[in-house]
Amino acid sequence: MSLVISQLINGLQSGSIYALVALGYSMVYGIIMLLNFAHGDIIMVGAYVAWLAMVHLALSPILAIILAIIACTLLGVIIEKVAYTPLRSSPRLSLLITAIGISFLLENLAQLIFKADAKRVPPLITGPSINIAGQYVDFTAIITIVVSVISMILLTFLVRKTKMGKAMRAVSEDMVTAQLMGINLNSTISFTFAVGSALAGIGSILYCCTYPQASPTMGSMLGLKAFVAAVLGGIGSLPGAMIGGFCIGLAEAFVSAVGLSVWKDGVVFAILIIVLIFKPTGILGKVINEKV
Amino acid sequence: MSKYKKEPVKLVPVPSPNIIPERDIDKTPILEVSHLGIDFGGLTAVDDFNMAIGRTEIAGLIGPNGAGKTTVFNLLTKVYQPTRGTIMLDGRDTAGMNTIQVNKMGIARTFQNIRLFKDLTVLDNVLIGLHNEMDYHLPSAVLRLPSYWRAERIAKERALELLSIFDMQDMAYAKAGSLPYGAQRRLEIVRALGTNPALLLLDEPAAGMNPSETAELMENISKIRDTFQIAIMLIEHDMNLVMGICEGICVLNYGKVIAKGSPEDIQASPQVIEAYLGKKKEDN
Amino acid sequence: MKNNEKIIPMPLRYLINIVLFVVFLLVMNNLIVSGTIPKYYAGVISFIGVNIILAVSLNIATGYLGQLPLGHAGFMAIGAYTSALIMKAASGSATIFPFALIAGGLIAALFGLIIGIPALRLKGDYLAILTLGFGEIIRVILLNIDNVLGFTLTNGAAGLQKIPKTTNFLITFIMVGITCYVIHTMMKSRHGRAILSIRENEIASESCGINTTYYKTLGFVVSAFFAGIAGGLYAGNIGILSPSAFNFMKSIEILVMVVLGGMGSMFGSVLSATVLTALPEALRRFEDYRMVVYSLVLVIVMIFKPSGLMGTYDFSLNGLLDKLILKFRGNHTEKGAMPQEKKGEAAVRKKEGKLK
Repeated sequence: MSLVISQLINGLQSGSIYALVALGYSMVYGIIMLLNFAHGDIIMVGAYVAWLAMVHLALSPILAIILAIIACTLLGVIIEKVAYTPLRSSPRLSLLITAIGISFLLENLAQLIFKADAKRVPPLITGPSINIAGQYVDFTAIITIVVSVISMILLTFLVRKTKMGKAMRAVSEDMVTAQLMGINLNSTISFTFAVGSALAGIGSILYCCTYPQASPTMGSMLGLKAFVAAVLGGIGSLPGAMIGGFCIGLAEAFVSAVGLSVWKDGVVFAILIIVLIFKPTGILGKVINEKV
Repeated sequence: MSKYKKEPVKLVPVPSPNIIPERDIDKTPILEVSHLGIDFGGLTAVDDFNMAIGRTEIAGLIGPNGAGKTTVFNLLTKVYQPTRGTIMLDGRDTAGMNTIQVNKMGIARTFQNIRLFKDLTVLDNVLIGLHNEMDYHLPSAVLRLPSYWRAERIAKERALELLSIFDMQDMAYAKAGSLPYGAQRRLEIVRALGTNPALLLLDEPAAGMNPSETAELMENISKIRDTFQIAIMLIEHDMNLVMGICEGICVLNYGKVIAKGSPEDIQASPQVIEAYLGKKKEDN
Repeated sequence: MKNNEKIIPMPLRYLINIVLFVVFLLVMNNLIVSGTIPKYYAGVISFIGVNIILAVSLNIATGYLGQLPLGHAGFMAIGAYTSALIMKAASGSATIFPFALIAGGLIAALFGLIIGIPALRLKGDYLAILTLGFGEIIRVILLNIDNVLGFTLTNGAAGLQKIPKTTNFLITFIMVGITCYVIHTMMKSRHGRAILSIRENEIASESCGINTTYYKTLGFVVSAFFAGIAGGLYAGNIGILSPSAFNFMKSIEILVMVVLGGMGSMFGSVLSATVLTALPEALRRFEDYRMVVYSLVLVIVMIFKPSGLMGTYDFSLNGLLDKLILKFRGNHTEKGAMPQEKKGEAAVRKKEGKLK
């Protein structure tokens, strides 16, 4: 019983990180129909910034966290401006290949600068374990889940209730018409990237709390899985991304629990393939038909 | 306006509330649509659409913008599956078939927003239309067996012949996307003819053409019908073209048929004048 | 623009290419056997051959079919492991090798079929994701299958060792020649045109009665088949296989070759596969920067020339010869006696000129 609960907590913990990252994928896809492959690598950059801030600049954890989130946000916006904006009217394939290129560029630059070996990130958030129903639960697990849930609530509020959120929804519905209604396309898209990347920054910090390491390729597998989560939930749908994230996290936890942890990655991708075959639009996605 | 002089045609009723030209009455109509309808998420785009087309008829489908004309074409070619009703092609029900199957049964079409294979040559575009006319298999192609050369030679000759309908054989090696707008529309018709259709659907063939190009197109549409002995159904906003070459006309408004008959009947119909032509006459 | 007038008759055109290719093979083979080209460089040349096959085969799916599969390394892995296992079982018998190679290709093609049927029902991005997932699953399976089977098959992360090195320059480049020939002849047939029409406009393609699902699957399966062949050659060249050689990075490396060369240009794929394999060898000192430059080049090419360096241009030796002959003839014929087809071409130019 206690094993089930602890695996459940594990699943929710990694699931909430996946959900945060998946939200970024979904938001960007919703607005410019791009699978932003570089999104996972933003997490990696966030981890390195936190490491640099704490180890080399000897800053306090709080400052390191803030710095990492700001760096991620800026990076997301810069990538959008430099690489994606010039290609906005190009074929989707070119945009997708560019995204893959940016992802590889970030990974290889990190490898060049920081070398391939993992860097140990000092603990960012510490606290006592908490007793829940007779079971001691790690403080970071609680923080991860709580922070993720709060972020998701804020994001939902932002998209549903604010003027900027309305602009984002309008652009994702119809870019041209939104522009005719006086919505500034460039700033709306940049804002979307900023929010998505900030969420990736938060995800990066939470990830470092659980696995205190920074390595050049840490973002690729995390990114791929978050991306699977976004597709599973229905890409473009925010509640879908959250559901997808938790599903993937829990699935992984239970595969590990039954002693098949080496097959964890395989199972995640198998879920992806099965979902794509039977419900290509994911759990909450919409079907978009080409006009003939 | 056109050199082509249209013979007066007598339209006669066939079973169901439809009409086809008298000369086609002995044969099964190439197309018989009854009670066709489609809903898009609660919104009825086309409802209770009935139409029959004779084997050598040129029929028109007109109506104001958004009346559901292109939707009817999409239903006939199974780009959309109908919610209700039946489509009989040459007396055979097309229920459950897809675009490819109805094309093989004899429906070919052009598109309102031109859909050419833009990066390929004009000749290749037509050869793709002739795809199912060639019968060699992949190994014969890879080994370059005589069956490959023969089929390719015949197809190329046929393609150039089809292109010559519109006097386009000289452009065979130009990229389709580089052609002027009017030529692109004509090439789409040639490509459709390549699939050896019994019924050709033309979606606004004269859109973007100037009056002299349109006049030439009218002649060519009639010429195509006469040479290939096929039925042609066209959507068009150019009333000169529609009244000039169509024998039976069907008027659609808000997804419903509001009038049907010969050009003269349509021009006299009060509903049509109210919905559509009335405005047009004021303009003139 | 390509000259479309064919002066040299068809069988002769093939003959010229075949003769030149055979001469190239014999000369290179002599240089390698005699030791004029050192053994190390001969190895590099063989890898160029493997990468050419990988690039031209991915070009079918990416350039001609217009899809973006991200699991090409997965098909390569299947071919490599299949033929390596067969060769190990046959203890390096040279007569078995062609069969091992073809078996690798066929098994890869079978996987291409299995993954292609569901994947090709999906549009663009989803297909990319699905094939990416497939590539990763293949890698995870190669790593862990032994635990499930209970005996040693793929030898996990350590990989297969001591695979008989049965390939050499000649075999590799004969396969390169066959691959390019098959793909070329396939693309210049009704089947190839059907594949191109799907890239250009799928709805129009269906309206022409083309069974798009069939031709998409065909393109995908042929692409996987040759990736499997390339895998077999790779195994025979290097002698050691480990799952990490077939990761997502490898798929991207092949994609870069295709994109850089120009999607839809076989000549471009061959050229960029050659350059991108040879260059890192020439610049071994800059090994660390290789992948950075790769990714930068990919992004820059996409931003400034999305169609790739060669676009869809394909080099044709005979086309060049035709042009030369025409030029030569042009100087010697009078204006009125121009060949019939030349007039047609002039008319095209005139009509195209009207556009401007």
